Amino acid sequence: MSSSTAEGHSARGAGSRGGLARSLALLGHEVRMQQVLFWRNRESAVFVFVFPPMLFLLLGSVYSDTIDGERAVNVLLIGMLGYGCANTALAGLAISLVVRRESGMLKRLRATPLPAWTYLSAVVLSTLVVFLLQMAVTILLGFLLFDADAPVTWVGLVLVLLVGVAAFAGMGFGVASLIRSDEGASAVVNLIVLPMAFLSGSFGSTNDYPEVLQKIAEVLPLTYLLRLTNAAYLHGEYLTSDLTAVAVLVAWGLGGYLVAAKRFAWQPRER
Amino acid sequence: MSEPSAAIRVRSLRKAYGEHEAVRGLDFDVMPGEVFGLLGPNGAGKTTTVEILEGYRERDAGDVEVLGADPWQAGTAHRERIGVVLQHSQLPPLLTVREVHSMFAGYYERPRDVGEVIELVGLAEKAESQVKTLSGGQKRRLDLGIALIGDPELVFLDEPTTGFDPTARRSAWELVRSLRSLGKTIVLTTHYLDEAQQLADRVAVIREGQLVRIGTPQELIGVAPEVEVRYREDGRDVVLTTSEPTRLLAELTSAAVADGRELEGLEVRRPTLEDVYLGLVDEEAVE
Repeated sequence: MSSSTAEGHSARGAGSRGGLARSLALLGHEVRMQQVLFWRNRESAVFVFVFPPMLFLLLGSVYSDTIDGERAVNVLLIGMLGYGCANTALAGLAISLVVRRESGMLKRLRATPLPAWTYLSAVVLSTLVVFLLQMAVTILLGFLLFDADAPVTWVGLVLVLLVGVAAFAGMGFGVASLIRSDEGASAVVNLIVLPMAFLSGSFGSTNDYPEVLQKIAEVLPLTYLLRLTNAAYLHGEYLTSDLTAVAVLVAWGLGGYLVAAKRFAWQPRER
Repeated sequence: MSEPSAAIRVRSLRKAYGEHEAVRGLDFDVMPGEVFGLLGPNGAGKTTTVEILEGYRERDAGDVEVLGADPWQAGTAHRERIGVVLQHSQLPPLLTVREVHSMFAGYYERPRDVGEVIELVGLAEKAESQVKTLSGGQKRRLDLGIALIGDPELVFLDEPTTGFDPTARRSAWELVRSLRSLGKTIVLTTHYLDEAQQLADRVAVIREGQLVRIGTPQELIGVAPEVEVRYREDGRDVVLTTSEPTRLLAELTSAAVADGRELEGLEVRRPTLEDVYLGLVDEEAVE
């Protein structure tokens, strides 16, 4: 059926000329196109790019004092980095893939010599570019408006968020593979991401949440991304300091990629 | 066995979706440089056949060769050589015509010049317009431009003029003719008879996944020897079919002249491909 099309197409490599150079040129071309497509679509650019920093502005203006013993602005900033990661890599990626699949765009691309893996890598890389920009804007807003503290380790912070983007992109591919129509895509995706962000503590402390909600949060990937981000930002710790959290996050990401490997389709689900 | 030079070779092709057998044993060859029409009513298996040839669907049984390769197994090098116009596919609505062409040009090793292709498909005036502002006919021409951007040897057109007004259809036909003059091999599916008759060097009529007849439009028309003679008498339409139109006309007209009558609305019609086609389809339906 349609889902096995990828195998049928990927039998040979990236063309006859120049092997690796050609592959990289194709990848660069496609990342550029993904960027043009992303920024040209104002509605989705606002939803994916502007929404998390905007929420940060709102929450940052409301909370002062401290949250769980840390300066509120730092905690909210970390929360919005995590939410932004899920919103960009899971929600944004899944919605745009479903829309492109149902419009026949992905199917049309399969008839070109662009290899499947090049396209999918470009989608992830482009998502990463968007998220890194968003992260820079959010942190800058924190510095300029709320006098937020700088992260103790920049390198550690970026490493955590790279793992976060890779994991949530996996979930994005998985979710896109399960959504059947483009009309419901953004509703379904927000039904996943917003409650997850709330439960995981993106919008503030979860200490006063009922125990049931706290239990649910314990299995959510964003909980662990926030824990790792927190450790890097406030305490200068690297990924290796909390391998359990890394393992849960990676497991969720792999789960997403596995679902996608089984169910991802290039053709509209018309049948 | 077919000549090795066939651009497409299809033997005993079968494809079922669950219980429904969409293609039930098709055989045909498409020669390089020819415009080959797959003609049939909706649901005849045209799109399934073309999508197997394009590499989108895996066949259940039979042999298929497209430019010497099995399209289901073929890789990116094969896709450098084919161009595709799908029945339903939208190109990014917010990119301009030029941007979409450049985007796809980037996927090919030796693309054609973007400006040239835009000119060829008659979108030069729309080059800087966003795709969403194009009319239906212009979008179809954009699809065609994208199919040509990699300079393919073989082009698949799946119902390229469905939903067009007559003017847009004529200009699309001109475009297909110009492709043919460039030496491209073209496989065209259509349920419009006039389109097949106008464009195709050879036509395969398929119905319920089987080949009903194959040949040039002239050959297909030649299959039916009957000619229709029509006129009106006492306010009623009279339709006579005959394989000897000369004699029938002589009899009719001399009788009318002798009686001093005029044969109102006298008309002699050779069958069109449409008559032949409908005849073929009906024949099959009776069986």
